[in-house]
Amino acid sequence: MLGYIHSTESFGTVDGPGIRFVVFFQGCPMRCLYCHNPDTWEINKSNPRTVESILDEYDSYKEFLKNGGITCTGGEPLLQIDFVTELFEKAKQKGIHTCLDTSGITFEPENTDILQKFERLITSTDLVMLDIKHIDDTEHKKLTGHSNKNILMFAEFLRDNAVPLWIRHVVVPGITDKEEYLHKIGMFLGTLNNLKALDVLPYHTMGKAKYNELGINYPLDNTPPADKELANWAKDVIMSGIKDRLKHK
Amino acid sequence: MDKVFCKEWEGFVPGRWSSSGINVRNFIQSNFTPYDGDESFLKGPTESTKKLWAKVMDLAEKEREAGGVLDMDTKIVSTITSHPAGYIDKDLEQIVGLQTDKPFKRSLQPFGGIRMAQNACTQNGYEVDKEVVDIFTKYRKTHNQGVFDAYTPEMKLARHSAIITGLPDAYGRGRIIGDYRRVALYGIDLLIEDKQKQIDTSLVRMTSNNIRLREELAEQLRALEELRELGKIYGFDISRPAKNAKEAIQWLYFGYLAAVKEQNGAAMSIGRTSTFLDIYIQRDLDKGLITEEQAQEYIDHFIMKLRLVRFARTPEYNSLFSGDPTWVTESIGGISVDGIPMVTKNSFRYLNTLDNLGTAPEPNLTVLWSKKLPINFKRYCAKMSIKSSSIQYENDDMMRTIHGDDYAIACCVSSMRIGKEMQFFGARANLAKCLLYAINGGVDERLKIQVGPKYRPVEGDYLDYDDVMAKYDDMMEWLAGLYVNTLNVIHYMHDKYCYEKLQMALHDRDVKRYFATGIAGLSVVADSLSAIKYAKVKCIRDENGIVTDYETEGDFPKYGNNDDRVDKIAVNIVTRFMEKIRKHHTYRNSVPTMSILTITSNVVYGKKTGSTPDGRKIGIPLAPGANPMHGRDTHGAVASLSSVAKLPFRFAQDGISNTFSIIPDALGKDAQVFVGDIDIDSISEELNKDGV
Repeated sequence: MLGYIHSTESFGTVDGPGIRFVVFFQGCPMRCLYCHNPDTWEINKSNPRTVESILDEYDSYKEFLKNGGITCTGGEPLLQIDFVTELFEKAKQKGIHTCLDTSGITFEPENTDILQKFERLITSTDLVMLDIKHIDDTEHKKLTGHSNKNILMFAEFLRDNAVPLWIRHVVVPGITDKEEYLHKIGMFLGTLNNLKALDVLPYHTMGKAKYNELGINYPLDNTPPADKELANWAKDVIMSGIKDRLKHK
Repeated sequence: MDKVFCKEWEGFVPGRWSSSGINVRNFIQSNFTPYDGDESFLKGPTESTKKLWAKVMDLAEKEREAGGVLDMDTKIVSTITSHPAGYIDKDLEQIVGLQTDKPFKRSLQPFGGIRMAQNACTQNGYEVDKEVVDIFTKYRKTHNQGVFDAYTPEMKLARHSAIITGLPDAYGRGRIIGDYRRVALYGIDLLIEDKQKQIDTSLVRMTSNNIRLREELAEQLRALEELRELGKIYGFDISRPAKNAKEAIQWLYFGYLAAVKEQNGAAMSIGRTSTFLDIYIQRDLDKGLITEEQAQEYIDHFIMKLRLVRFARTPEYNSLFSGDPTWVTESIGGISVDGIPMVTKNSFRYLNTLDNLGTAPEPNLTVLWSKKLPINFKRYCAKMSIKSSSIQYENDDMMRTIHGDDYAIACCVSSMRIGKEMQFFGARANLAKCLLYAINGGVDERLKIQVGPKYRPVEGDYLDYDDVMAKYDDMMEWLAGLYVNTLNVIHYMHDKYCYEKLQMALHDRDVKRYFATGIAGLSVVADSLSAIKYAKVKCIRDENGIVTDYETEGDFPKYGNNDDRVDKIAVNIVTRFMEKIRKHHTYRNSVPTMSILTITSNVVYGKKTGSTPDGRKIGIPLAPGANPMHGRDTHGAVASLSSVAKLPFRFAQDGISNTFSIIPDALGKDAQVFVGDIDIDSISEELNKDGV
């Protein structure tokens, strides 16, 4: 099977536990305003690669990756779910820790074909990193062009199947930094007993250069980057939301 | 040496070191106390350390304000005993001794070359005393003059065009580490006794080799006498062994101080002293003679002295090395050949100076890294690296198999057994320029003159890989021969006119000498050849037909991405050039080695190198050491390091350096915004167990 891979990174330290081999998949259906990898949007663009070639590349770095593993990210890796599944299944045979970084956007619980694919995928997935872009559905649509309904259901699906989960949330000034929203995220996360980590990322503007290069308008031109202080505060609000949910159980 | 167990050694485990001659390694192995705990025992600076360091910082500030040099000696030629005692603040200093009579006053060292010494003075606004100039031009020949007497026109031209560059022909070669620990362990009397025995047992058939050896040993003996005198100048009798920790540090430092008073070497490294000194400190701590605060204070004051080392150098010299470096390298840690980590509490104390005195590039604290180092030490190293960016790491697992467990690093990567091996420092050959010579038939692309042999240049518009490789191989053959012979001249003359008698006195008689060549521009060469092989490279010629620029069409594999297509080219070049070096006679039967280590001088070498087929333009810096070219490694750090790691150490035994910098955020998550240990069920339990 062939997969469209944008690039690989041999020293991933922020995409899951340990030092990781990170596979960036090409293609994404979302158009998040703050996306910092717009070069991975277009579908089926880059060079196709086999699962074996990716595992071979992993092998050449394995000395360095002993406490890490493979992370699939993108783009949206689950646009190529069959490829990810094959990659993870073969990786598990070799005892490699597998981590999936996804937006969850392709999850459709009503579609049995798709559901089956997800059920198979998670049997070889050690960790999912799920991005919750926005907890409010209307705002989510504004930010990404899609509803967050399936994404939140995906989180619950992972909970029901006991798949360890890390939640990521980007704090964008003026867009996702309202206390009400952040607290609401926490309230939702409090229902997920598979949650292992919360990663609050301050929005940065380093993606801008890529937009210029690609000749795309940068939609958040007037939005300042978030500082650590803001992210830290946001983290505390989310954590308090988690606690509030658990208190009222 | 008499088989008497000196009273200063009481409490030490005896061994070959005390019964049969000079053997510092045996002393260490018999006596050191491994430490696998953490850094919690460490102490901060004492009040006198703070006061003393404030004075140093004040002087450093004044030095900066004065434009880089605070004071220079213009009259007294520096020798081991040339100056009266000098202090920063005598009442505060636990460890004493300065290069001249005042801190930050640079000494006058004309034996390497009087013109260099004069230039260093005039360019900093000083004038060397006329009489000294007279002596060193009319009556006393220098190393520099000797070299230029023997250089061939071809050598001068290669030097001028900078295809061979950074040669130690006008300054001290450095890269020799005296075993300064011997001064502390044995004292001068026993060392002299041993040296005399070396003379008495040397060959008496007077060949030029044996004559030279006898003369050198006599010089060494005199240097030891002078070293004893240096102790006296500061009020110490160092003829006997050191009897406690403070004396051991002081004696050892006197050994080093004598070396830097005598030699303005390109790298004046201190060796591997921390674990050695720990034995003395531990003995004093066990006896209750000193406290941990005092132990740290001694080390702080010792390191402070090493930070004060200054040499008189010209602005050009400093621009070559991007600063005012002295390369006071101290090697820390490593594993013994028996597999025991040689980390002691003193290894921590040395690194702790980065906290107590603040960060500094000197001394160059170098951790001999092994997988087997204790985890607590590894953690502390990582912590201090993040804090200070001032620690260098070298692969002990690799070097130990060659040098055993009592070697140290000279300069930045050159490894040698202390007191048993030395090296002839050989700067480097610019292999990027050599490639351009291959293309242009030996004509220099900047100077537009014939420098190399007049081989057939590349013809046609496009470069052909096989054609260029064949020509490059010939040109490297020429360069290797010329380079080795140039170095032969330099080291012959350095031995003759600027001999390191004190440093060599702290060596065994029969030392192994390395002939340390080096190369620059490896990644540019690898990428250029890759471009020629995998893309199309068009030659741009000037009006005389000399190729001065290139147009590259299409993409090509670049070194630094773990891509064998190009990495193999890099390996091939290293292997080939080393094999060519090995074909030649080397001075004093030295063992040829090679380094890939231009840490700073790559900037200057780049200035002197024309545009290259990889797309690098004329004047752009070469990458440092074995680094990939800036920005061309696009697959992350591990891929980049993997490319470098393929280079074969046995063909580059003098060291392969890779300068690696990374922003802290790219090393992992910040604990502030990342909550990595959430357990919803236990939070819930916690919240609901009381009162709810």
